[in-house]
Amino acid sequence: MSTVVVSAPGRTLARGVGRGLRDWIPALVILVAILVGWELAIEVFDVERFLLPKPSAIAARFWEERETLWAAGWFTFQEALWGFAAGCSAAIVAALVLARFRTLGTALMPYFIAGNAIPIIAFAPIAIAWFGIDKGSKIAIAGLLCFFPVLVNTLKGLTSVKPSSIELMRSYAAGETQIFRRVRIPNSLPYLFASLKVASVLAMIGAIVAEYFGGSLTSLGIQIKSASALFNFETAWAAILVACILGMSFYLAIALVERIVTRWYPSAPRGR
Amino acid sequence: MSAAAVTIAGLTKTFQKGGTTALQEIDLELQPGEFVSLIGPSGCGKSTLLRVIADLVEPTGGTVHVGGKTAHQARVDRDYGMVFQEAVLYDWRTVAKNIALPLELAGWNRRRRAERVGEMVDLVELSGFENHHPWELSGGMQMRVAIARALSFDPKLLLMDEPFGALDEMTRERLNLELLRIWEASGSTVVFVTHSITEAVFLSTRVVVMSPRPGRIAGIVEIDLPQPRSVDTREEPRFFELATELRELLRGRAVKAARVEEGVH
Repeated sequence: MSTVVVSAPGRTLARGVGRGLRDWIPALVILVAILVGWELAIEVFDVERFLLPKPSAIAARFWEERETLWAAGWFTFQEALWGFAAGCSAAIVAALVLARFRTLGTALMPYFIAGNAIPIIAFAPIAIAWFGIDKGSKIAIAGLLCFFPVLVNTLKGLTSVKPSSIELMRSYAAGETQIFRRVRIPNSLPYLFASLKVASVLAMIGAIVAEYFGGSLTSLGIQIKSASALFNFETAWAAILVACILGMSFYLAIALVERIVTRWYPSAPRGR
Repeated sequence: MSAAAVTIAGLTKTFQKGGTTALQEIDLELQPGEFVSLIGPSGCGKSTLLRVIADLVEPTGGTVHVGGKTAHQARVDRDYGMVFQEAVLYDWRTVAKNIALPLELAGWNRRRRAERVGEMVDLVELSGFENHHPWELSGGMQMRVAIARALSFDPKLLLMDEPFGALDEMTRERLNLELLRIWEASGSTVVFVTHSITEAVFLSTRVVVMSPRPGRIAGIVEIDLPQPRSVDTREEPRFFELATELRELLRGRAVKAARVEEGVH
């Protein structure tokens, strides 16, 4: 009997995590090298601090103003999260409807592709008029930014199913609902998660940029903007650092959910 | 059982695209328990014929009955199991869950499903691989999962569309023997599409030779080799005679077709 060598899935996963940690070492070395190089370059070339502050100065400011910064970060993160939730769920529902009613999907697809190309950020000042200066306008921009990529990708995942997969289901007298539940939706999950990861980044960008046009004082966008206006660049950089940490955590959280949900995916145990 | 396993009468299939006649005036009757192969060059409509029996393709004219019912009713009643050229396994399901798919759709409860999956895994000799995912298996093993899935709900009819076409010769011959063992054990009727002459002779009780453009039945050959077939069957003189007969039937048509084309020029 010709058998392929396979290891138990659990063990593969454990080994995957171990390998993952080892994979991080070179990246960490690079990070340290960049920080040291940055620090030294500013010393050596005597760069003005408003052009580029030293990493150590940013870190110090980050520590001094940690309470204000984290409060602002949390505020902005909430906007991003709500925008993400609203935009992505609307996109998923729309994708399901369009995959079910293909003529509608074909008719609307060009507009979605066009919609995807709109620089949505440009609407931020108008969004303030529509949804108010508070969280509403930021959530709207973040949500709108998430909507198109998630819609287009999920729709692709729902519809790019091998014809034989559908024929098999039909041979079992399965109806459209069954085909969706058991074939199209599982097939779309890798596509969906790829777009959710993109959307998590877009939601943070959307929320912060929308704040630049006005909003709560306890938000990252306003913090960055007012600190820069006051030549307080260390604070601006520290706020950006907070945005990075939150954005990356958001991204990693989705990647983790993806790993759990699509463990069956051929390339999942090997890491992507 | 009085009704024929499959009855095809005056079947014609014309495809809208290009207006090609895939099948013309096909008449064929299969008795329960038969193992019938459909063989012919590509474009002879053998896969289309199988899909018409499966009610996956609508015929243009004529009728198809499966076990006395219309093909549509037979599909709705889940009277047949189908195996495609590719295994068509769902990557997100384990081997056990792939086999259980038709049982889930038929509304079997968890315990009955688990019991039947266990039997099927034994039947196709995949014990120990229940919790593996399809992409962890070799091509031959994947095909065995597909066969187990097609047989899991005990269909009276098994439709197979070049199931071993993508496998290497060694795996193919081993799976041929396994398929015969399963066929004998289950007593179901098999319609088997292939482009391999030796495979058709080895497996079948009857071989339907088809010719292309338009797809028609060129001849039907009874395979009178003794049952059960074994590794030695392939070495019997009668095996070669039958293979030669099929080959000539296929070639005869090919030669004739070539002559017709010459005449046109």
